[in-house]
Amino acid sequence: MQHTRAHVLICAGTGCTSSGAKKVEAAFQTELAKQGLQDEVKVVETGCHGFCEMGPLVIVYPEGVFYCRMQPEDVAEVVESHLLKGRIVKRLLYQEPISMERIPSYKDISFYKKQMRYVLGNCGHINPELIEEYIAVGGYEALGKALTTMTPQGVIDEMKKSGLRGRGGGGFPTGMKWQFASNSPGSKKYVICNADEGDPGAFMDRSVLEGDPHRIIEGMAICGYAIGADEGYIYCRAEYPLAIKRLKIAIRQAEEMGLLGTNIFGSEFNFKLKIKEGAGAFVCGEETALMASIEGKRGMPRPRPPFPAVAGLWGKPTNINNVETFANVPQIIQKGADWYASIGTEKSKGTKVFALTGKINNTGLAEVPIGITMREIIYDIGGGISDNKKFKAVQIGGPSGGCLPEELLDMPIDYDSLLAVGAMMGSGGLVVMDETTCMVDVAKFFLNFTQSESCGKCTPCREGTKRMLEILTRITEGEGKEGDIELLEDLGAQIKDTALCGLGQSAPNPVLSTLRYFRHEYEAHIRDKRCPAGACSKLAAYRITELCKGCGLCKKVCPVGAITGEVKGQHVIDPEVCIKCGACFTKCPFKAIVKG
Amino acid sequence: METVTLTVDGKQVTVPASASVLEACKAAGIKIPSLCYHPELRAEGACRVCVVEIEGVRALPASCVYPVAEGMKVKTNTQRVRKARKTVVELLLANHPDDCLSCQRNLNCELQTIASDLGIREKRFPGEKKKHPLDANNPSLVRDQEKCILCGRCVRACTERQGVNIYSFANRGFDTTVVPAFNQGLDQVPCTYCGQCSSVCPTAAIVEKDDTDLVFAAINDPTKHVIVQTAPSVRVALGEALGMKPGEAVTGQMVAALRRLGFDRVFDTDFSADLTIMEEGAELIHRIQTGGVLPQITSCSPGWVNFIELLYPDLLPHLSTAKSPQQMFGAVVKTYYAEKAGIDPKDIVSVSVMPCTAKKAEAIRPEMRDSGYQDVDYVLTTRELGRMIREAGIEFAQLPAEEFDAPMGISTGAGVIFGSTGGVMEAALRTVAEVLTGKELGCIEFQAVRGLQTMREATVQVGDLPVKVAIVNTLKEARNMMERVRKGEADYHFIEIMACPGGCISGGGQPVPVNPDIRKARQAAIYECDRDAVLRKSHDNPAIKELYDTWLGKPMGEKAHHLLHTHYHPQTRG
Amino acid sequence: MKTLEDLKKLREKLQADAQIRHADGIRIIVGMGTCGIAAGAREVMTAVLDEVAKRELKNVTVHQTGCIGMCEKEVLVDIARPGEPRVTYGKVKPADVPKLVSEHVVNGRVVEELVVGKIEA
Repeated sequence: MQHTRAHVLICAGTGCTSSGAKKVEAAFQTELAKQGLQDEVKVVETGCHGFCEMGPLVIVYPEGVFYCRMQPEDVAEVVESHLLKGRIVKRLLYQEPISMERIPSYKDISFYKKQMRYVLGNCGHINPELIEEYIAVGGYEALGKALTTMTPQGVIDEMKKSGLRGRGGGGFPTGMKWQFASNSPGSKKYVICNADEGDPGAFMDRSVLEGDPHRIIEGMAICGYAIGADEGYIYCRAEYPLAIKRLKIAIRQAEEMGLLGTNIFGSEFNFKLKIKEGAGAFVCGEETALMASIEGKRGMPRPRPPFPAVAGLWGKPTNINNVETFANVPQIIQKGADWYASIGTEKSKGTKVFALTGKINNTGLAEVPIGITMREIIYDIGGGISDNKKFKAVQIGGPSGGCLPEELLDMPIDYDSLLAVGAMMGSGGLVVMDETTCMVDVAKFFLNFTQSESCGKCTPCREGTKRMLEILTRITEGEGKEGDIELLEDLGAQIKDTALCGLGQSAPNPVLSTLRYFRHEYEAHIRDKRCPAGACSKLAAYRITELCKGCGLCKKVCPVGAITGEVKGQHVIDPEVCIKCGACFTKCPFKAIVKG
Repeated sequence: METVTLTVDGKQVTVPASASVLEACKAAGIKIPSLCYHPELRAEGACRVCVVEIEGVRALPASCVYPVAEGMKVKTNTQRVRKARKTVVELLLANHPDDCLSCQRNLNCELQTIASDLGIREKRFPGEKKKHPLDANNPSLVRDQEKCILCGRCVRACTERQGVNIYSFANRGFDTTVVPAFNQGLDQVPCTYCGQCSSVCPTAAIVEKDDTDLVFAAINDPTKHVIVQTAPSVRVALGEALGMKPGEAVTGQMVAALRRLGFDRVFDTDFSADLTIMEEGAELIHRIQTGGVLPQITSCSPGWVNFIELLYPDLLPHLSTAKSPQQMFGAVVKTYYAEKAGIDPKDIVSVSVMPCTAKKAEAIRPEMRDSGYQDVDYVLTTRELGRMIREAGIEFAQLPAEEFDAPMGISTGAGVIFGSTGGVMEAALRTVAEVLTGKELGCIEFQAVRGLQTMREATVQVGDLPVKVAIVNTLKEARNMMERVRKGEADYHFIEIMACPGGCISGGGQPVPVNPDIRKARQAAIYECDRDAVLRKSHDNPAIKELYDTWLGKPMGEKAHHLLHTHYHPQTRG
Repeated sequence: MKTLEDLKKLREKLQADAQIRHADGIRIIVGMGTCGIAAGAREVMTAVLDEVAKRELKNVTVHQTGCIGMCEKEVLVDIARPGEPRVTYGKVKPADVPKLVSEHVVNGRVVEELVVGKIEA
C-alpha cells in the first residue's frame, strides 16, 4: 500500500463544474501521471465551498493551499511546482480585494475567517459520492447514538433544548414541530425534507445536498426515529440534477451499509427514503403545496389548520423541515444541545448560511453565528461594496423579505430582529445594493417574481400583486401619481392580512419595506419624475457636462436628433426631444454624458 | 354528536365540532359573503371573501375552511374585516369584464350580488384584464374565461361530484386559468356536457349555450307548426327562475306561459316517459327471460350516455337500447302526430324544455333522425325558458293554470317521477311487476328506491323473481358502478343511472343556485305531482295504449324498434 | 453494519486517509528543489512514503518544500513533531529513511548523526 502524501481537492459543485472543474480534474490526472505522482497524490472530487465566483476551486492538502479560478492550462505548473517541488503557485492564490494581498491558506482568507462552518463543514472537504469519507469524519455516529442510547422523546427534548429554529423561512422551533408530529396518533408517519430551494440567488441547500448528502439523510433518519416515522421523502427541484444524482448515490450507499432500511444499528427502527423531483414552481417550497405536489396534484397551498403534523402527506402526520434544518440535526445530537445553544443569540441559536450576492466584492455562501451584524457579513466576509461604490441597502429573506438601509447595518441579525424591521430571515438570501440601485425598481423586481410565481389560488396574491406591480411599473415609468404610495401601502397591508399562504402574506414585504426606508425615492419618481439612482431608463435625463470635447459622436448616434453642437464645441441635449434611449451615454468616449 | 360553543360577534352559538367557522356564523344568524365556498363541495379557502377575525389568529383566516374550537371568539363585522372583503372583491372586479348589463347572468350573478352587498363604489385598480377566446365549439356549454374568477367550483364539481376531471388549474400568477387539458375546447376532451360546472359557477364563466333566439324565430315564422315538450323536472324548478320559492310545482302556469309565448301545441315529455317505460320495461323482461346481457342500465340521461360511450365503451351492451323520452317524443311527433294532425313533418319545429345541457348535444346526434328529419330541433334549458318568459313580459305568478294538449300531453305519475333519481326505476317496477305477474300491485310506491343518496340498492319481489336493482346518481358514483360491472361484481337486473346529483331535479340546466335544501324541495314536489296524478302507471296511460293499438303495434315490435330504439357507440374526442 | 461499534471501527480505519486534510500531527518535509531532486530527493520521498505506508502510520503528513539554501546538504528532510523543535536532517539517503521514521517519527528520538539544524517550535 502506497502512502498518499497529498490530496488535491477539486470542487465539483454546480458552480465550479460550470466554470470548468471537470477539465481541470482531467488535467490533474494527466499531469500527475506524467510526473509519476499518481500513486502518492490523490485527486478528490468534493462538493461546494460556497465561493463559486472564484471557481474552479482547488485545495491542495496537507498544506491546505487554496487555488482560485484554476484553468486546465494552470495545472501543469501546480503539479510541477507545488506537488513536486513544494513551491506554492502564488499567482493562483486568492487576492484580498482591499489589501490586494495573496492568501495561500483557505483558513486565512477573510471570506472564510469570520465564518463558522458547521453545516457547511464537510462541503468542499469530503467526497460526497463516498459514504466512507462521511463516516471518516464521524458521519452517522449521531444516528447511532440516538438509536442506541436515546429515547425518541429524548431526541425531541434535545432538539428543543438546542433552540434550533426552522431554516426555511418561518423560524418555527424545530423541536416543537417534531413534538407535534410525535404527539399525533397514527402508526404511519412521514418525514419530508424540503429541498425545493427557490429564492433567487439562494443556493445553500443545493450546496449541502451536493457536498454533504449523507448529513441530510442522517438528520432525516434521526427525525424519523424521534417522531415515529418509517418513511421519508426528499422533495428536490429537478433543476438540481447534481444534487439528485448525489442523493441517489448516498441513499444507495446508506442502504448498502444498513444505515437505511430495517433494524438500523440493531434497533427496532426502520427507515426508508425516496426522492421526489419537483418541477420548479416557487410555491412548491410552501409545505402544503409541496405535499400536494408529492401526491401528484398541482402544487397549490391549502389553508392550515389542519397542520401537516396532524394531517400531512396522504393525510398522515408529517414533519417537514428544510435542508439546512436537517443538516443541523446530527451535530446537535452528537455534540449536544448545550454546545449548539452556546452559538447564536438568546432566541435564535446556532449558525445560519447566507447567500451573498449583489454589488459586493466576495459573493458566495457564508455560514455565520446568528447574531452577527450585517456590517460584518457585508464588509468583513463580503469584502465590501464592489467598484468603490456607496452602500445603499441590503435585501434579506428572498422575494418575501425586506430591504434594510445603512442605519440598520449594526443590528444583530436574528429571526425576531429582522421581523421587527420589516424583513425576514427567509432562506438567507442577501442581495447587497449600492447607490446606483433604484429601490422602486428593486421592489418591482421582487414583486414581478412573486406575481409570476403566485400559484393563482387566492385572490389577494394573484390579483393584488398584479395591481401592485402595475402601480410600481407606472411609477418607474414616470406615470406615478399622488395617492399611489398610499394605495400601495393599503393594498400591501390587505394582501398581508388576507392571503392564503405564507408566500402571499409576505409578497408585499419588498414594497412595504422600501416604502418604509426609502419613501423619498418613491416620492422623487412620482413628484419630480426623477429616479435618484439613475436606474429607471424612462426617467433618466441625460446631460452633457463640460468634459465634452465636441467630437460629435453623440450627435451622430442620437436617433431623434436631440443633440446639437459645433465640432470641438460644447454639445447639448434638448430634453424635450430626447427619448432617453441612452445611446449617446454609451457612445461618448470621454464620459462627458451623465444621467440622473 | 360532539359540539363546541363559540362566540360570534359577542353572541354564543353551539355547533357540531366538525363545523367550519362559516357554518357557525350561519347558525348564529350571520351570512358571511363567499364565492369559492359551495355547501356541497370541499371548502378551499381560495377566494378570501369570507375572511373573519378570530382572536389569537394573526391574519384574517377564511371562515369556510377554519375549524371551530371551544371558546373561540369570532368577529365578522369589524372595520378590518369589511375593508379586507371589499379589497378582495375590488381585485376580482378589476380583472372582470364590465359588461354586467349585457351578461347572461345579469341579476343572477354571485359576484355582482356580493359587490352590491359590500357597497363597492369605486374602481381603485384600473389595469390589465385577462384576455381569452370563447370556448363555444360544443352544442351545450359556453366557457368565457374572461368572466372566470378562479373560484375552482367547476374543478371541484367535475372532480369530486362527477369524477370526470375535465377542469384543472393551469399557469401561474396573473395567467392562472381553469381549463380542460392542454387548454382544449370542451368538444376535444371527454366532457359529458352534464353542465354541473355551469350549475355551480358563480358568474357567467360557464353557461348553457343560449338557443332562445332560434326558438323565438321559429315561433315567429307563420309557416312553422311549433310544438314544445317539457321534461318532468322542469315544472318543479322553473318557478325559481321567475322569483318563486323552491319546491313549487308550476305545471299549469308553465303550460299557460308556453301558450302565451306562441307555441302551437304544448306537450309533455311525461308522455314519452311513459312510452320509455313500455319499451325499456319490455326490453328488461326480454333480457331476463332470454338470458340477455344483465344488468340492464337506463339510457335516458344523455350526460351518463356520453360518459359510458367515452369512458366505458366496453360496457355499452348493458345500456338499454331504448331512446330517451326526449328523443322518443321527437321521433313520434314528426311521424304519428304529424300523420294524425295532418301536418307535413317538414313544417313541424320540435322544441324541448329540459333540465339538462347534455340534451342539446343529444338532439343533434346524427342517428336521432328516425322520423326522416332531425327529431328534436331545439333544446332549451329551464333557465332559458325562464329568460324567454321574462323577455316576453309574462307575469308568470299571475297566470291561470292550463292543461297540456292532447294526445301527447297526456301522462301518468310514473312519467313525472322520471325527474328524480329513482323515478325511472320506480316507474319501471310499477309496469314490469304488473306485466310479469298479470296482477295489480297493492302498493305502487316503492320507497326503497327513493332518496337522494348517490347509490342505493334494493331487491323487489316480482312474482317468483327477486329483482335486484340499483339506483345511481352523479357520474362519480357511475364510475364506481362501472368498475363493479366490469369486474362482474354487480349482480343486479336493472340499474338506473342519472348523471346529475338527485337526477334531473338538479340537472345542469336547472335554475341556480342549487343546494341540498332546494334539491329536497324539488324532489318533494315531483312526488307530490305523482301523488296528485289520476293515473300512476305508464301502461295505464290511455294515449300510450292508443298509440300502440292504432299505430305502433306492440312494445319492441318492428315499428317501435325503428323509431324508439337506437344503438349507442363508443365516442372518441380530440 | 450492525452496531455503533462497527461504525466506529470503520471510522478509525478510514480516518488515516482523511487525516491529511486536518494536518495537525507529525510532519515529514522533504526538500524537493532542483538541488534536492538532483541529489536524489525523489528516491528519498518514495522511501518515506513506503515507510509511512508500511508502518500504517496515522497522524503523519508528508510535505515537500523548495530549496532552502543549503544545497550541498541535500537531500534535506525535516521532521516536526507537534510541540517539539523542527529537526532538519541532511544528506539523507533512502537507506536512512527507515531509521529516521522508526526513531524520530515513531519514538520521538532525534537521530543526532544526521542532524544539520533545529528550529524551536
